[in-house]
Amino acid sequence: MPVKAIKPGYHGEFRDRVENFRGQQLLNICWEKHTMFGWPMCIPVPPEMPFGALLEQVLPGIYGAHPDFARIKWNEVQWSSAKGPFTPDPSKSMVEHGFKHKTQIRFRTPGLDGHNGAG
Amino acid sequence: MSNIQPVFIALQANNDTLPIIEAICSDNPQAQVNEYPAMVKINCPGRMVIRRSSVEERMGRDFDLRELQINLISLAGEVDESEDEFVLFWKA
Amino acid sequence: MAADGDLKPIKKLSLKENYALLTRGLGWEPTYEKKEEIFRTIDFEGIKIHDWEKWEDPFRLTMDAYWKYQGEKERKLYAIIDAFQQNNGQFNVTDARYVQALKLFLNGIVGLEYASHRGFNILGREFPGVGPRIAAQMQAIDELRHATTQIHAISHYNRFFEGMADFPHQFDRVWYLSIPKSFFEDAVSSGPFEFIVAISFAFEYVLTNLAFMPWMSGAAFNGDMSTVSFGFSAQSDEARHMTLGIEVIKFLLEQDPDNVPLVQKWIDKWFWRGYRLLALLATMMDYMLPKRVMSWSEAWTIYYEENGGALFADLARYGIRPPKYADVTIKEKQRVSHEMWSIFYSVRNAVGFPVWLPSAEEMDWFSEKYPDTFDRYYRPRFEHWRELEEKGTPFTNMTLPQLCQVCQWPCIYTEPDDPTEFVHRETEYQGETFHFCSDGCKDIFCNEPEKYVHAWLPVHQIYQGNCFPEGADPTAPDFNPLVAALQYMGIKPGVDGGLMSQHVDASRWEQWTSRPANLHEGAITQAVRKTT
Ligand SMILES: [Fe+2]
Ligand SMILES: [Fe+2]
Repeated sequence: MPVKAIKPGYHGEFRDRVENFRGQQLLNICWEKHTMFGWPMCIPVPPEMPFGALLEQVLPGIYGAHPDFARIKWNEVQWSSAKGPFTPDPSKSMVEHGFKHKTQIRFRTPGLDGHNGAG
Repeated sequence: MSNIQPVFIALQANNDTLPIIEAICSDNPQAQVNEYPAMVKINCPGRMVIRRSSVEERMGRDFDLRELQINLISLAGEVDESEDEFVLFWKA
Repeated sequence: MAADGDLKPIKKLSLKENYALLTRGLGWEPTYEKKEEIFRTIDFEGIKIHDWEKWEDPFRLTMDAYWKYQGEKERKLYAIIDAFQQNNGQFNVTDARYVQALKLFLNGIVGLEYASHRGFNILGREFPGVGPRIAAQMQAIDELRHATTQIHAISHYNRFFEGMADFPHQFDRVWYLSIPKSFFEDAVSSGPFEFIVAISFAFEYVLTNLAFMPWMSGAAFNGDMSTVSFGFSAQSDEARHMTLGIEVIKFLLEQDPDNVPLVQKWIDKWFWRGYRLLALLATMMDYMLPKRVMSWSEAWTIYYEENGGALFADLARYGIRPPKYADVTIKEKQRVSHEMWSIFYSVRNAVGFPVWLPSAEEMDWFSEKYPDTFDRYYRPRFEHWRELEEKGTPFTNMTLPQLCQVCQWPCIYTEPDDPTEFVHRETEYQGETFHFCSDGCKDIFCNEPEKYVHAWLPVHQIYQGNCFPEGADPTAPDFNPLVAALQYMGIKPGVDGGLMSQHVDASRWEQWTSRPANLHEGAITQAVRKTT
């Protein structure tokens, strides 16, 4: 059911179109089960940034404080998005992985399910 | 499910409401009084009536049921108000 | 006088006659303007009203009585506020943590009273029926009274504590305060019928008891005579507003069967919107009252499950069912306050009040009140965080959240059936991705994407560079966008947020009262030790 409005044809502007982000795009990242961090993270990234940079330069800053983080075996991590599981390639960029503006990616680390079972 | 769903009224706990609460209890034998800090909440299945005459008797003065507004905190149920009675009820 | 002996005194009008004269008697049919020209927003939502005369205002409050009783409420309220201030009541509350809840109240809730005042002014103009118009006008005045008395009462605290001085600024700009702000803006930018169903029914009738009854009773329990007085004074109007809410619903449903699905859709939407808003309050009740009257979970059981159950049983005769996703609220009642406090703690440097970890006593209380969740999911987390605090490296999250496009909460919520899994809900609309905290919010978006695509989401605005103070230079080498965003919001790093044990409110409290700032954890300054 479309919105009912006083003026026919009403449509709000897309306030978060990628053009508004000065050459960057938003990426949402969620470490599954690690609810201690409270929420999936939202960060701006250059579309051409390689996945490897995300792993090496971005994730430690976000999640490094968690006791599980240092124990992650990165080759065993299960990656997925709303479209289903995917296997990242560290040398390929965000765009080459098919990540659009505001894509959410999730990673699951089986066996590392949160500190003492509490996120 | 007829007429057993609870209605309630919550009043500030103060000297003005003591006689009102007493009147409610005597006019509604099924009323159940819950005391909380600064607040009294009275539940009653189906229907609850506040009678002006019962309040006046206990207050020892004329009472306009609209004075309830001053110390009312909340209520649940449909309301029917006249000069003589303030009634809370559910139809179902 | 004796000469007039045979003159009968004029019969006093009954309440019903009096009210009929005020409403029906003072209304008129326009003759030189078309009705459609006068009431231009009454049709577009699709609600059908055949006879406005069928409107019944159960309270039948006439203007003379309205002013008389409102005046009396004000006199009573100000007598208490005066006494509170003259007696330095701000130092008689349980401890300095309690005051932090007032900051949330002032910065986040008072603005809603004012927004509500504006909304009901609009209804007072837009409704063709005299009865509902008068009720809306009275409510508009009430809401303004709520805003002013709350500001006035809390202004006294502002003389002694940080974080309250810029409440309108914070309401407009602070990231988590976009949650209450956008809630009301959503309502006020809908049509008049949706607004009144949203605010008078779904919010005031179904949900505000949770806000004002246990929380205000809690304020009393913590010694805050001032807050409980303005709270109950406002709530005495609220009882009238709630009755307006149920009257509106009955009126709409009885006017035309075609109204039923519209009303149901609004009930579903606004129950969910209101419920998400109340998560803030769940946290205030469970974590910010040093002495507690009841838990959020108990309050939800009494005020939603029991009273809401009675209400929806009553409305079933119209074909109305309980709000969609009410079952999710019941599943979430065991965790929502814990999830919320966890995020406030971990982003404490970006919030407008200091936070703390629950004490051992408080955790025991949680174990008792939340037997299915607390010991399993939250106690180990808080114990881990306490260890880190003791080591001098308290847990901190420095990264901004993915926000829900509708309620604007960060996507903090977990699956209804599994508190260890984050909720992931998204949709694509015209090529763009949108994220939601829940099925409830996703449904709301999908029903009206045209409206929600232009939500002002603080995180995205910060990243777009729209939340910097005037004169900031984002190209400067030492420019820190997060620090600049906090300045823009009116949050002073090192003053407003952080840990309670290091906060200036805490040390001043001990200096001024010689009592510990956190009654469970002992003093943090010499000011208390030397007296004991
Ligand atoms: Fe209000
Ligand atoms: Fe949401």
